[in-house]
Amino acid sequence: MEKIPILRMGAFLLVTIQVDLYDRLALTLETDLINMVHKTGARGVLIDISAVSIVDSFMGRILGNIASMTRVLDAETVVVGMQPAVAITLIELGLSLSGVYTALDVERGMSLLQTKLGPNDELTDDDDDADDTE
Amino acid sequence: MMTTTLTILNKDSMTITREQDVVPCRNRVKEVAIKIGMGLVNQTKLITAASELLRNMLRYGNGGEVLIEAVSKGRESGVRLTFIDKGPGIADINLAMQDGFSTGKSLGLGLPGTKRLVNEFDIKSTVGQGTTITILKWKNG
Repeated sequence: MEKIPILRMGAFLLVTIQVDLYDRLALTLETDLINMVHKTGARGVLIDISAVSIVDSFMGRILGNIASMTRVLDAETVVVGMQPAVAITLIELGLSLSGVYTALDVERGMSLLQTKLGPNDELTDDDDDADDTE
Repeated sequence: MMTTTLTILNKDSMTITREQDVVPCRNRVKEVAIKIGMGLVNQTKLITAASELLRNMLRYGNGGEVLIEAVSKGRESGVRLTFIDKGPGIADINLAMQDGFSTGKSLGLGLPGTKRLVNEFDIKSTVGQGTTITILKWKNG
C-alpha cells in the first residue's frame, strides 16, 4: 500500500505531498500523522502541498481534521505552498479551511511554527514540568 | 439548452468502479482541457468539480460511467463531462443542492460547490434507477 512519508525535524513533522491523492491515501496520511504526533511528541506539523494540483472538499476536510486533531494533542499544523489556482477553486467551492494555519512557503511556514512554539521551548523532547498548577 | 448548436469535437469514456480510478480520470479530463487550451485556473476548477462528482458516484452510486467530451459552440470551446450511475438516485434534488446538506459524513459542499465551479450544471435523477449529472466548463468561462 502506498504511503506518504512523514519526516521528523526537531520538534516538527514535515510532510510533502508529491502525488495526487485519492481518498484512502489521504485518510492513511491523517491517521499516520496523528500517530506520529503522539509517538514523537511533535509540537508542529508542516504540510507542503505545492505539488498538489487539486484540493477538493474531501481533501479540504482532511486538512481541517488534521489541524483539529493535532491541536488536541498540543501541536499546530501549517499548510504551505498552495497554488493560486487551487486557492481560487477552494474558495469558490465554499471551503475556507478555517482553523488551519497557512503560509506561502516552507520557509515562512517553519518560522510560523517556531513563533507558535515560543522562545522557551527547546526543540528536543518536552517535559511537562513547565506549569505549576497544583 | 446546452445541446443547441453544440458541436462535439472529441468523445471519450471511462468506467469508474473503485477509488483508484479517480486519479486517472482526473488526468484524462486535464489532458482534454489542456488540448483545447484552457487556462490553469479553469482547468483546476473543472478537475475539482470532476473529483467531487466522481466521489459521489463511487460513494452513493456504486460507480458508473464518465463521458469526457471536447465541445465547441461558435467560437467558444469547452469540456463537457457526463457522470452516469445506476445507483439509488436522489429523492430530493433541491435538498441535495443546498449548501451543507449531506446524507454521508461530508461537508455537503459536493453538489452546490461543483455547480459554482462550472458554467453549466444539469442533474437528472430517478429513485431506484440512477443519477446523471452533466457539467460544462468553457475555455474562457
